[in-house]
Amino acid sequence: MEPPALSPQGVSDRTRRWRRVRRIAALPIAALALAGCTVPTFGAAPGATTTSRSVYHLWQGFSIGAVIVGVLTLVLILWAVIFYRRKSDNIPKQSQYHIPLEMTYTVIPILIVFGLFAATLVVENKEVANPKTNVTIDINAFQWGWKFTYPGKDVVVVGQTTQDPTMVMPVNTDVHINLTSSDVLHGFYVHDFNFSRYALPGVLNQFTFRAVNTGTFNGQCTQLCGLYHSLMVFRVKVVTAGEYQSWLLSNYNPSAAQAAATATQQQTSSIVPTRPSKSQGNN
Amino acid sequence: MTDVLEPPVAAQPLDHAHEEHHGPTGILKWITTTDHKVIGLSYTVTAVIMMVIGGAFAEILRAQLTTPNNSLVSFAQYNELFTMHGSVMIYLFVGPFAFGALANIIVPIQIGAPDMAFPRLNALSYWLYLTGSITMLSGFFVAGGAANFGWVAYAPLSNSINTPGSGADLWIGGLLLTGFSAIFTGVNLCATIFYLRAPGMTMFRMPIFTWNLLVTAILILLAFPVLTAGLIMLYCDRHFGTHIYSVAGGGVPVLWQHIFWFWGHPEVYILALPFFGMVTEIIAVFSRKPVFGYKGMVFATLTIGALSLGVWAHHMFTTGVVLLPFFSIMSLLIAVPTGIKMFNWIGTMWRGEVWFSTAMLMAVGFLVTFLIGGLTGIYLASPPLDFFTHDTYFVVAHFHSIVMALLMGAMGGLYYWGPKITGYLLNERIGKFQFWFLFIGTQLFTLPQYLLGLRGMPRRIATYALHPSWQYLNEWSTVGAILIGVSTIAFVVNVGFSWKKYPAGDNPWDGHTLEWFTTSPPPHHNFYRLPQIRSERPTWDYNHPGHTAAEHGHHHEAPSAEVPSA
Repeated sequence: MEPPALSPQGVSDRTRRWRRVRRIAALPIAALALAGCTVPTFGAAPGATTTSRSVYHLWQGFSIGAVIVGVLTLVLILWAVIFYRRKSDNIPKQSQYHIPLEMTYTVIPILIVFGLFAATLVVENKEVANPKTNVTIDINAFQWGWKFTYPGKDVVVVGQTTQDPTMVMPVNTDVHINLTSSDVLHGFYVHDFNFSRYALPGVLNQFTFRAVNTGTFNGQCTQLCGLYHSLMVFRVKVVTAGEYQSWLLSNYNPSAAQAAATATQQQTSSIVPTRPSKSQGNN
Repeated sequence: MTDVLEPPVAAQPLDHAHEEHHGPTGILKWITTTDHKVIGLSYTVTAVIMMVIGGAFAEILRAQLTTPNNSLVSFAQYNELFTMHGSVMIYLFVGPFAFGALANIIVPIQIGAPDMAFPRLNALSYWLYLTGSITMLSGFFVAGGAANFGWVAYAPLSNSINTPGSGADLWIGGLLLTGFSAIFTGVNLCATIFYLRAPGMTMFRMPIFTWNLLVTAILILLAFPVLTAGLIMLYCDRHFGTHIYSVAGGGVPVLWQHIFWFWGHPEVYILALPFFGMVTEIIAVFSRKPVFGYKGMVFATLTIGALSLGVWAHHMFTTGVVLLPFFSIMSLLIAVPTGIKMFNWIGTMWRGEVWFSTAMLMAVGFLVTFLIGGLTGIYLASPPLDFFTHDTYFVVAHFHSIVMALLMGAMGGLYYWGPKITGYLLNERIGKFQFWFLFIGTQLFTLPQYLLGLRGMPRRIATYALHPSWQYLNEWSTVGAILIGVSTIAFVVNVGFSWKKYPAGDNPWDGHTLEWFTTSPPPHHNFYRLPQIRSERPTWDYNHPGHTAAEHGHHHEAPSAEVPSA
C-alpha cells in the first residue's frame, strides 16, 4: 500500500521517485522476513505438543502480518504528523475523496483477512480433531483444585491450591482429555501447550494432546472462580511410555479411585441427572 | 459546491429563541433542568468523577501486583477491586461519557436542533445514571463488600451460593438503573437525529460525530434490553429460586455468557464509536481539511455496527460450545471497516496544515494506541490464538490499549469541545504535559502486559509467587499506571487552574460544524441564527466561502492552494 496520494498531478518528480524507491525497497525486506531461516518468536514459544507448535506457527504468521501493517500505518501517521505540521495560515486543498485509493485500502484488508482466516481454519481443525486413542484422563476442576482420574486404571490424583496436583501423561501418545467442573467455571490452561479450555458445569469438554517432549509444565486456572482463584495451580508431567506405565502401577489404588469416582458421581448427579451431555460442535 | 454562494440567510430569528428564561438558579436549576447542555455537563462531571474512582482502584491493583507475593490487599479485597474497577470504568465512565456526556451536549447543536427530542426523558436518563452509579458503589459499605465476581459476572459464580453478599445485588441494581438510562438516551438520540435536524441538514450532511452517535444509539437499543433481561433473570436466580443459569434445575450457565456478550460486544462499539466520531472531528478541524472519505467513513461505521451484532461468541471460544469459524470470520472482518477509518484519519491529515493543540495531540495519541490495540485484537479473533491467550494478560493488555485510546479520544473531546460548553479554554501547557504522561504511561502500562500474557500470567490473580520472573514486567506496568495517574491529576489541576481564565470566543479552532456557529456557551435554545447548510461543514463554508470541499470525483483538478511539498 502506498501513502494516500491525494493529488497525483500536484506531486513533484522527486516525491514520485521517492515513492518508487520505497515500494521497491519494501519487497526484499518483506521477502527476508518471510524466508529468513529464523523467524522471530514474537514473544511466544513453540510449546511441548504437536498442536502447540501449529499454534505457534500461526502466531508467527499473524505477527508478520501485524508488524507489516502496523509499521506501515505507523509510518504514515508519523509522516503526516512530521511533514504536515502547520507552517502557515494557508488553507490546504480541500480534497475529500479519492475512490481508487479508498478501494485499495478496502480490498487489500479483505484479502488479508481471508488469508488469516484460511490459516486459522487449518490450525483450528487440527486442534479440535479428536483422534482415537487408548489413553484417557478425566479432569475435574473444583473450588480450588484439580482431580485427575485415569479411568480403568484405578489411579486418581487430587490436590488443592498449592498442593500442586500433577497430571502425568506419556510422551508421543495421543492423550484424550474429558474436562468437567463440579461447581463454577474454571479455566484449564497449560502455558507450554499454548492451550486453554473452560471447565463448565454440566458440559463435557473433550480435546486431545500429543506431547512431543518430556518435562514438567505449569498449569493454572485462568477463569475467575472465587476467593482462591489466584492459587489454583497444577502441573503436567510428560514422561516416557515406560515411566508412565510404572507410574500407573505405583499409584494403583482401587479404593481411592472408587471413592473418588463415587464422590464425582454424587457431585455430578446432584447437578445433572445423567452423565454430562457431550458439548456440540467443535470438540 | 459549485453554486454561487449567497450571503448566508439568517434562519428566521424566532421569538422564543430570544426569550429570557427566568427559571431557578443554582442547585435548583441543576435539579430541575431539562436543558441538554446542563444535563450533558452533569453527565460529564459525574463520568469524570467515576473515572477518578475507577482509576484509583486501578492504582491499588497495580500496586498489589508490583511484587509477586504482595499483601497490600487480601484476596477478597482484590476480587472486589478489580470487579469494581472494570464495572466503574465500563458501565459508569466510558459508556455514559461516550453517549451521555459530550453526545448530549454536541449532537443537538451539530444538527441545528434547539434541544433533545425528549428533554424530560433526557433528565430522567441522567438521574437514573447517577442513582445507578451510587447504588453500585454503595456495595463497598455493606457486609460482605462489593461485588467480586468480575465485571462479567459469569454464572454460576454470580449465584446466591457462590456470592451471597448484597454487594452483588447492588451491582445488579445499579446496572439495571444505568441500563435503563442508556436505553432512554438511545431512544432520545435516535429521535433527535431523525426528526430535529435543521433545514438543509440531510443525512449525508451530518457531521461524522453525529453519524457515529446515531449508530451507537441504534446499537444501544438492540443490545441493552438484552442485558437488562439477563440481569433480571440473574436476580431471579439469586432470590426467587429460578434455575435459569444453574445446572441443578436444568438451567444453562453458558446462557448467561451468551446474553452478556450479546450485549457486551455491541457495547464495545457503543463505547468506541462516539470516540471515533470525536477523533474524526478533531483531526479534520485541526488539519483544516474536510474528513477524507466522508461517505466511506459513514459506511464503515454502519458496517462496524452491523458486524458487531454477530461476533459476541468470540469471547466464548474457549467454552467449547460455540461455532468457531462463523464467529472467527465475523470478528476478523471488523478489521476491514476499522482499517478504512484508520486510513481515512491519516488521509484527512495528509497534505493538511496540522495544528498540534492538546486536542489534536490526544487524537494522534488515540491513532497510535488504537493501532496497537486493534492489531492485537485481530489475533484474538482466531480461535487457536485465542485458546493460547484467553484470560491471560495478553487480553488485558489488548483491551486496555483500546480503552486507553478511547480515554485519549475523550480527553481530546474535552479539550476540543470544553471551550464551547464553558466559554473558556483549558491551559495548553498543562494539556501537553497531561498528553505526554498519558501517552507514554499508556504504552508503559500495556506493552509489558502483552509479554506477561505470552509468558502465561493469567488475569485476575492477586499473587504470582510461583513465577517471580514476572515481577520485572509487572514493575514497568505499574510505572505506566503511575504516569497515567499523574496525567489524570494534571487534568484536574488544569480545570482548576484555567477556571474562567482564557475566554474562548465562538470559534477558537476555526471549526467546521454548526456548534462553532453559535456562541460559547450556546444560548438556551442553541441558536439565534443558522448559516446555509450545504455540506457537512456549514460553519467552515460560511467562514471560507472560497474553500468548499472538492467535489466528489473531481480530485484531479489543479490544486487551488499551495501544496507544501513533503
